[in-house]
Amino acid sequence: MFAEYTASELTSIFAMQGFAGLILFSVFVLMALGLAIIFGQMGVINMAHGEFMILGAYITYLTSNVFSEYAQPLFGGYFFVAMLLAFIATFALGALVEWAMIRHLYKRPLDTLLATWGLSLILQQLYRTVFGPREVGVTLPDWLMGSYPLSDMIEIPINGIFVMCITLVISVGVYLWMYRSRWGGQVRAVVQNREMAGAVGINTEKVDRITFALGCGIAGVAGSAFTMVGSTGPTSGQLYIVDTFLVVVFGGASSLLGTIASAFTISQAQSTMEFFLSGSMAKVLTLLVVVGILMLRPQGLFALKIRH
Amino acid sequence: MSYGLRSFLPKNDMINILLLAVLIMVIFPLSMDIFRLNLVGKYLSYAFVALGLALCWGYGGILSLGQGVFFGLGGYCMAMFLKLEASSPENTAIQSTPGIPDFMDWNQLTALPWFWEPFHSLGFTMIAIIAVPVIFAFIVSVAMFKRRVGGVYFAIITQAIAAILTILIIGQQGYTGGVNGITDLRTLNGWDIRTDEAKYVLYFLCCTLLIGSVLLAQFVRKSKLGRLLVAMRDKEDRVRFSGYDVSNFKIFIFCLAAALSALGGAMFTLQVGFMSPSFVGIVPSIEMVIFCAVGGRLSLLGAVYGTLLVNWTKTVFSESFPELWLFGLGALFIGVVLAFPNGLAGVYSTYIEPRLSKWFKDLRSMRPPMASSTADTRS
Repeated sequence: MFAEYTASELTSIFAMQGFAGLILFSVFVLMALGLAIIFGQMGVINMAHGEFMILGAYITYLTSNVFSEYAQPLFGGYFFVAMLLAFIATFALGALVEWAMIRHLYKRPLDTLLATWGLSLILQQLYRTVFGPREVGVTLPDWLMGSYPLSDMIEIPINGIFVMCITLVISVGVYLWMYRSRWGGQVRAVVQNREMAGAVGINTEKVDRITFALGCGIAGVAGSAFTMVGSTGPTSGQLYIVDTFLVVVFGGASSLLGTIASAFTISQAQSTMEFFLSGSMAKVLTLLVVVGILMLRPQGLFALKIRH
Repeated sequence: MSYGLRSFLPKNDMINILLLAVLIMVIFPLSMDIFRLNLVGKYLSYAFVALGLALCWGYGGILSLGQGVFFGLGGYCMAMFLKLEASSPENTAIQSTPGIPDFMDWNQLTALPWFWEPFHSLGFTMIAIIAVPVIFAFIVSVAMFKRRVGGVYFAIITQAIAAILTILIIGQQGYTGGVNGITDLRTLNGWDIRTDEAKYVLYFLCCTLLIGSVLLAQFVRKSKLGRLLVAMRDKEDRVRFSGYDVSNFKIFIFCLAAALSALGGAMFTLQVGFMSPSFVGIVPSIEMVIFCAVGGRLSLLGAVYGTLLVNWTKTVFSESFPELWLFGLGALFIGVVLAFPNGLAGVYSTYIEPRLSKWFKDLRSMRPPMASSTADTRS
C-alpha cells in the first residue's frame, strides 16, 4: 500500500496524519482524564460522560452566540469565558448526579453503568428538544483561523495547536491536583482504603462528590475544546464513549500516565491507518488490536502493582 | 423419575410457566389481529436474549453488553439463507450478474463471496445459526475468563466487540448489505413467509421454542450447575478454593446465553422479514439488558414479561409521543436500578405474592367451618 508514494510524500503524509492524530489524541485525553478519575479512582462506570462533554460543547456554542450578539469587540476572548462556564455547569450537574444517583450505587458498579446509561438517554433527548436534532458549530475568532505552514507540503491548523495547548495545561493541572495537593492525597487515600481513610478523619462522602464532579467538569472543558475542531449534535457524545472507555482500560484504569500513553497510541494508529484504508476499516482494526491486547494483558499497559 | 421432575420443576414454577404458555399461545392469538400478533412475535424473539441474560447476568453475575452481537449473528445466518433463496437467477435476471443478492450487484461484486456459499443449504444454516455465535462466544469467553477478567472489564470489552461488528457490517456493504441490512426476504425452502398463515405458524413456532428455552433455563437453574453459578457470583474465590474450575462454568453459561440469543435472532429474521446492523450495536445490546432488568434479573419468566412490557410501552409511546419515549426509557433505567433492583419479579414476590398466598389461605381456611356447620345441622 506504500508503493505508489514517493519517500518525501510518505514523510509528509505521516506528518499530516500524525498531526490529525494529535488533535484526536487531545480530545481523547481530555475525555479520558475525566473518565479515568471517575472510573479508575472511584470504580464508577459513567456512561453519561459523553453527554457531560456535549453539555460543555453546547454551553460554548451559547456563549459564542451571546458574545457575537452583545459583545462583539470582546469576541476574540469568548472561548476562555465559555470554558469556565462549561466547567462550572458540568461540575454542578456532576455533583447533583452524584448526590441523587451515584452515591446509592457504590457497592454495585455494574448498576452504575445501567443507571448512567439511562441518564445519558434523558440528556440526549433533552439536547434534542432544546437545541434541535441538527449539529451546530461555533464561529472561531479570527486569531484561531488559518494554518501555519511548516514546509511547502505540511501545514498545521492553528485551532489544532490551540486545542493541544489546552490539553497540556489541563493534564498538568490534573496531575498537580491528584499528586501534589492535599485534596488529591485524600482522594487517593479514599480509593485505596475507604474505611481507614474515614477513620483518620477524611470526609469520604465529600471527597466522592468532589471527585465525581471534577471528572464531569473536565468532560465539560473537553466539550468546550471539542467545538474548536468539530461540530456538536445531541448524539456526538455517544460516538466517543466506547473509544474513551477502551482508552482508559487499555492504559490501566488507575494510572493517569497510562491513560495519556494509550490515548496517544490509539489515536495515532487510527489516524495513520485512516489515510491508507477506509475510515471504518481503520477503526475496526484499531479496536480489534486494542481488544486483542486487552485479552492478553487484562490489567492494561500501566498497572499499579497492588495486592487484593 | 417423579422426584427428578419435581426437584427441577416445583409446582409453583410449573403453574407459572403454564400461565405464560396460555397467555402467549391462547390469549394473545385470540385477542389480536395478525399485525399486532406479529409485533408480539417480534418482542418474543427479544425475550430469548433476555432469558439468556437472566442466566448469565442474574445467576452467573456476568454482565454482557454485547448480546446484540449473538442476536445479530443468528439473525444474519438465517437472513443469508433466505436472501440466497430470494435471489435465484430467475428472480434477479435484470442484474448485471444474475443469481447473487441485489446489494452485491449494486456494489459491483460479480461472484458470491466464499463465506456465503454454504448458506445455500438449509441444514448447514440451521447448524450455523447456533454454531457460529456459540463458537464466537466461546473464543471471547475463553480468552477473558481463563485470564480471570470479569465484571466491569468484561462488560466494556463485549461492548467494544458490539461496536466493532456494527462498524464492520456497515463498512463492508458489498458483503453484508451495509446499513440497510439484508432485506426483501421471501421464502423458506419454497414456503412463502410473508403470508398471514405463515406468520401464524412462525408465531407459534417462536412461542414453542421460547417455552422450550424457559424449561431448559429452568433445568440449568435448578441443577447443581445453577447453584454453583450463584455461589460463584457471590463469592468466586471460595468456589475456586473448593476445587472447581470457575472459568469453565462461566464459559458454559456465556455460550448458552449466546445460543439462546442467536435462536431469538433467527426467529426475529423469520417473523420480521429482514435483519440489519441496528439490532447488533451497542444501543440495542444495552436495551436488551434493560428488558431483563425490568423483568427482574433473577427471574426467568420475569425476563419474558419484562421484554413484553418494555417493548409494548415503547410501541405505544413512540406511536403517540415519540419525543417522550427516550425520557421514559431513561427514567426506567434509573428507576429500576435505584428503586427496584429485582425488577417486576421482585415487586411481585415482596408485595403481591404474600397477599395472594394469604388470600388463598383464607379461602382454604373458610371451607372447614362451612363444612362443619353443614355437619352440625345434619346432626
